[in-house]
Amino acid sequence: MIWLTLRQFRVQAAVVFGGLAVLCAALAITGPGMADEFNSGFASCTAQGDCSRFTRRFFEDHEMAFGAVILIVAFLPGLIGIFWGAPLITREIEQGTHRLVWNQSITRTRWLAVKLAVVGVAAMVAAGLAALAADWWSDPIDKAASDDISRITPLVFLSRGIVPIGYAAFAFALGVTVGVIVRRTLPAMAITLAVFVGLQVAVPMWIRPNIIPAESKIVAITSENHGEMMMMREEGDKAFLQVEVEPEPRAWTFTNETVDSSGKKVGRLPVSVAAGAPCAPPPPGPDGEPPEGPSQACFDDLAKKGYKQKVAYHPADRFWPLQWAETGLFVVLALGLTGLCFYWTRRRLS
Amino acid sequence: MIEFHLDSGSGVSPYMQIVRQVKHALRLDLLHEGDQLPTVKDVVAQLAINPNTVLKAYRELEREGLVEPRPGVGTFVTRTLAGDSLAAHGPLRKDLERWLVKARMAGMDDESIEALFMTTFRSARQEDIA
Amino acid sequence: MTAALEARGLGKKYGKRWALSDCTLDLPAGRVIGLVGPNGAGKTTLLNLAVGQLAPSAGSIRVLGGRPADGPGQLARVGFVAQDTPTYAGLSVADHLRLGARLNPGWDDAIARERLERLGLDPARRAGKLSGGQRAQLALTLGIAKRPELLILDEPVAALDPLARREFLQHLMEAAVEHSLSVVLSSHLVSDLERTCDYLVVLVDSRVRVAGDVDDLLATHHRLTGPRRDPATLPGDQQVVSESHTDRQSTLIVRSEGAIHDPAWTVGQVGLEDLVLAYMSDTPTRSTLEAVR
Repeated sequence: MIWLTLRQFRVQAAVVFGGLAVLCAALAITGPGMADEFNSGFASCTAQGDCSRFTRRFFEDHEMAFGAVILIVAFLPGLIGIFWGAPLITREIEQGTHRLVWNQSITRTRWLAVKLAVVGVAAMVAAGLAALAADWWSDPIDKAASDDISRITPLVFLSRGIVPIGYAAFAFALGVTVGVIVRRTLPAMAITLAVFVGLQVAVPMWIRPNIIPAESKIVAITSENHGEMMMMREEGDKAFLQVEVEPEPRAWTFTNETVDSSGKKVGRLPVSVAAGAPCAPPPPGPDGEPPEGPSQACFDDLAKKGYKQKVAYHPADRFWPLQWAETGLFVVLALGLTGLCFYWTRRRLS
Repeated sequence: MIEFHLDSGSGVSPYMQIVRQVKHALRLDLLHEGDQLPTVKDVVAQLAINPNTVLKAYRELEREGLVEPRPGVGTFVTRTLAGDSLAAHGPLRKDLERWLVKARMAGMDDESIEALFMTTFRSARQEDIA
Repeated sequence: MTAALEARGLGKKYGKRWALSDCTLDLPAGRVIGLVGPNGAGKTTLLNLAVGQLAPSAGSIRVLGGRPADGPGQLARVGFVAQDTPTYAGLSVADHLRLGARLNPGWDDAIARERLERLGLDPARRAGKLSGGQRAQLALTLGIAKRPELLILDEPVAALDPLARREFLQHLMEAAVEHSLSVVLSSHLVSDLERTCDYLVVLVDSRVRVAGDVDDLLATHHRLTGPRRDPATLPGDQQVVSESHTDRQSTLIVRSEGAIHDPAWTVGQVGLEDLVLAYMSDTPTRSTLEAVR
């Protein structure tokens, strides 16, 4: 049965693993050079005392490739679900060959078990390989990336570590199960894609923040911890300030809202930008450029008025606990789907 | 060795057709004592018929003492039908020819003659059975 | 000897429609059994129940004494050539043999290869490129080389031209002799089954109308023609299968264990095809007869 599974699977496997081989080769060729560039550049900028300019330039140089690698690794589980999972059984049903193979001296359960095991393991291996390659290659870029695209942030998280393995297992099981239930390849592919993408969006919004308890606190807004601050001018001297803070370097902050002294959420902070007001834009410096960020007086004024920032976040060192928890969740979901698939194949399919 | 053929429109059951074809071959001296009949497998493969049909025909021939099975080898002819009845063919044929002339003189056409012959033949046979 | 197939009150329901209902059958082993009936009569359903492709909604079925598809042992004893003789289009002929060898412990590779050679099938050819007849022969080869005790075939020749049809049946009958196979095959055409089968099951409208040894069926069915009369006046042991009337004459096909002695009737034999057609066509009801009167 293993032979038959491999024989039927070889074209699809060749496409995906061939693509992976190309990706790995490209990463293997460009990786070491990029790492050398980073190491030497970082050494020289550390000697000069300030690396922010070097890291920013380094990141911008490699941003495209960095994004492309993330995209490929992120899409791989979905592709596996669509092109390996969905057709696995539907193709047999559409061509009637299940009636041939189910009447060899092998039970339907064993037939399905071997098919799921062989292709499922291949799916996990493919995703694991891709993630491993991405992790290795992206290392210098990760170091150079600014805090809001650290490894734990949603965009990067899904293409790193071990979660792609969990996603691949789940997407594959999803594709097979949907296929077994709807019995037709194209609709099964469409449903698999829709469900999987929906879940990929839902997980960072609602599940990942809570899968292990998040850090949650209310902090003062200071010149040290502030992140993005946006000033929106209205007519005259009135303006609104939108504040975000960074509670910890490289953390993933998913709640970031300003509260007043009573703890009530304030969407936009009304401030005055009249000349001499604390948060008025400071005059340009000697080089003609305005200094970065608001003045210390502005932060003092915000503190005096009782405004603080409420944040919920996962610190950077939660990367692996989160990876394990999410991978575990998806593997459990995949196992549940596999059980349903067995039930359906034994009882409902004919 | 002889080869069987089946006429599906004849209304005669396939097993009886095989019996008749063997007897026919025996009468016409196409099969001799000691000759082997085609194996069941060969007949079945050639005619695409049920194996039990062939077995039944061979058993019938065996019952009539015309053939005998030799286990593991095949079925062999033990007696021929040529000779005794061949001799009688001539006079009987003459009688029939004379009867045909009479029938024509009575104004019967070919089809009426055939119908009359067949009904007489059948009823005579049924009386034999009954 | 265990029966090839035993069904007791067997039924299969799809939604609200019964595809097969109240089917009670005892099919003997060692025979070539024909299952005949119009399209949609439930032939495929019955055969799929027999190979365990489907699970019954009512009643029970045992095949060679075992529950259909109940483990590899039972699967190995029953071969199945499904409707339209499915094969893997992308796999070569040789791949199919390999599939058979890998999935069947009792696989007889010598038989398979010998058959391919006789059929002139190129092992390297993809199954998708074979003609209908060749595909059917390939499916039959898989069914035979598995060395089952019972081979079940669902409309194996329906899609074949007359020559391929004949060749297929020749090979099937040969295999039945060579390997002492019990065979069950279905067809909507009696002519396919007339020569090949020695046992017949007629299935009409999801029900078994008649089942029995072909010779017995032929011996117990008679065509009666005579002056017009009401079939209700026939003796109790004569069961009317079909009837047709003109204003003078009645033609009946009756089933009767004994001989027909009534001198008013001209008694004739019924061929297998007519016999099956008589069971397939709706028996006219008494009311139509009365309407004529």
